Amino acid sequence: MAITFEGALAGHDKTLLYRSARSAVLANNIANADTPNFKARDISFESMMQDATRNQLSMTATSDKHFSKSSGFSAVDSDELLYRTPSQPSIDGNTVDMQREQAEFAQNSLQFDTSFLFLDRKISGMKKALSGGQ
Amino acid sequence: MSLNNIFAIAGSAMSAQSVRLNTVASNIANVDSVSSSADQTYRARKPVFAEMFDQSMQAHGWNNVNDNGMGAGIGVQVKGIIESDAPLEPRYEPDHPMANESGFVFYPNVNPVEEMADMMSASRSFQTNVEIMNSAKSMMQKVLTLGQS
Repeated sequence: MAITFEGALAGHDKTLLYRSARSAVLANNIANADTPNFKARDISFESMMQDATRNQLSMTATSDKHFSKSSGFSAVDSDELLYRTPSQPSIDGNTVDMQREQAEFAQNSLQFDTSFLFLDRKISGMKKALSGGQ
Repeated sequence: MSLNNIFAIAGSAMSAQSVRLNTVASNIANVDSVSSSADQTYRARKPVFAEMFDQSMQAHGWNNVNDNGMGAGIGVQVKGIIESDAPLEPRYEPDHPMANESGFVFYPNVNPVEEMADMMSASRSFQTNVEIMNSAKSMMQKVLTLGQS
């Protein structure tokens, strides 16, 4: 049985990327808490995971001017960003709920730490297997 | 890695909030800056915030995406500073050295209560962004230790 990094890391590397991308989106929401007409956004875990599996069915570029799906100008592709449903209306059209965003940010960094811990343990397990437990 | 973006995002918010604190300080400092004509009187100043988008996307002709507000934002910017259109306060003080011929002096349209509330809001937002930066820092430091244990 061949050991691949893909199989050994069990998707936690991709989760780490998702968590850091999401923390950037949440930080942007908090940064724009006082911007008029700003709409709070978020990325869903499902869309990121679908995107990771969709890569097997990638389109062929027939011209070098075509953009590939994975080229990504920023860490987050724009079509994955969803808008938050505001719980309270505000006069200036801003939909950032500071408390909610802060809670989401804290939870997201905890989940980042969890995935990091899994990744760390997986790597130390592989190291142990390679060295024969010595 | 988008953890790098967080420093830029929180940094832009901190700089925008400090501009807001500066205008509040200027408004409160000038609350009694009287003058003898309405044109020369100090008017309350307010910064206008706008979302900042990735410039590299615009360089690739992705303006339409940005106009719809669909792109990933990378922070906040101060679009400009506007002066309040609220009416000035003329007071009849004939003994005042700045009084005009009819005995009126013009006081600025600064509302000190509004300014104090604005000041608290700005400093709280500043603090929150410092916290965001701190947690991004600890997340990044953690990534550096990957595979060391």
